[in-house]
Amino acid sequence: MGKIRTRYGDGTPVELDESEIMRDLEEGTQDAAGRGNIPVLSKEELLHLFDIFSSSHRFIGVEAGKEVVLSYDGTPIKFSRAQVNADRLQCLQIYEKILGADTLEMGYPDYSFKPIKSMVTYEQPLMEQILSVTTAPIFYGAMPNLGLYSQPDGPFPNPAELLPQGKIDEARQSYDSSVEHAVRDIVYVSSALIESGADAIMLDTVGAAGDADYLASLKATEALNEKYPGVCVELGMAGEFVLGMHGELEYDGRTLAGMYPHDQVKVAEKAGVTIFGPVVNTNTNESSPWNIARAITFMKACCEVANIPVHVNMGMGVGAMTVHDHPPLDVASRASKAMVEICRLDGL
Amino acid sequence: MAITHAVASGMGGMRAAGDLVARMQIARGMKIDEAKKYVADKLGVAVFDLTDPIIMNEVREDLGLGILHPNVRSPKCMEAKFNIAKLLDIEINCVNRFRQKAGI
Repeated sequence: MGKIRTRYGDGTPVELDESEIMRDLEEGTQDAAGRGNIPVLSKEELLHLFDIFSSSHRFIGVEAGKEVVLSYDGTPIKFSRAQVNADRLQCLQIYEKILGADTLEMGYPDYSFKPIKSMVTYEQPLMEQILSVTTAPIFYGAMPNLGLYSQPDGPFPNPAELLPQGKIDEARQSYDSSVEHAVRDIVYVSSALIESGADAIMLDTVGAAGDADYLASLKATEALNEKYPGVCVELGMAGEFVLGMHGELEYDGRTLAGMYPHDQVKVAEKAGVTIFGPVVNTNTNESSPWNIARAITFMKACCEVANIPVHVNMGMGVGAMTVHDHPPLDVASRASKAMVEICRLDGL
Repeated sequence: MAITHAVASGMGGMRAAGDLVARMQIARGMKIDEAKKYVADKLGVAVFDLTDPIIMNEVREDLGLGILHPNVRSPKCMEAKFNIAKLLDIEINCVNRFRQKAGI
């Protein structure tokens, strides 16, 4: 076999020979195993990945019968970003009737719970209208986005300014206060949408502001389950690793900082999360084989311990998808097939 | 990207039975194999048929579960969701609220 055409994590094309592909697959899985203290992929799994990458087809898919459920985040925002002028109701009809979506997701362009709180009464009637003209389940999605709770955007002192000054306690206090307010906002907005008939709530990009962000999402999930027993909450992460911006926050007696997906899913389960969406970041300097082997190593460990459905995040820049607004079909379809087949996922 | 995943790995949404399997993950937190089997049993089809748009179109039309190109008098949207809730034996939030508000 000659050279195999694949790509770097940023999407740039590259040609590798068989030994280079195999080397990248091995190094990718070893990188994840070392960081997460989890097993590397087996020889058979690496050979399966090699077969996927050495396929000459421009597009490939999972074996028939292994298909999974798809959930989405920021769905209508994708239309806005592409400057396609469709209302959110029409966007979801397009996803349902034309794009083969298994689930739908309604989100506001300013995709955070805090700004939505003040105009949620405008979101409710739209949700009610969308529910009356669609059939697939509808999530309402937004981000906890704890960054909006510190100055100048919010009421509390900015930890990013306090930490360089050595004001560790003050920074932690600010995070603690932010968590309290974020939980209140998430529950307020989610309750409004649940009471307008939403099928599920999507907490998206969780942990973007670190461990406090993750804690706020777990506490909000707990509160929603108490208020609406059996409510579906999908929790999608922002990154593969919970950043310890506070450093001492715990949930269920476990320190959140430093958690990788196989630990994150266990605290999510405990909080009452229904569907967990783990993330592995794409490294733009490494090849797609390296990235997919690394991502699958993390995701497989997560799926093996999960008792709830796992929908791995495979949007732009995560889950071995290239860091590009429209990932190329060749590596995107390979990543999709590889992730589903090796991890035995419940969804993407 | 949504299209890539839908074609490479997705269940086809309303073209097949993707929305119904998703409902079991949402309503009961079922893992994928359990959710597929549950839906297949309720529909009276094989698990393999759940992603077949030809078979599923017929099944959905017969059971009033909503199809991609609905006929004039066939159940659609909220009407279809009433039938889905009953067939899958699950609670659907908007169906319950519709029923309550309409005094049904």
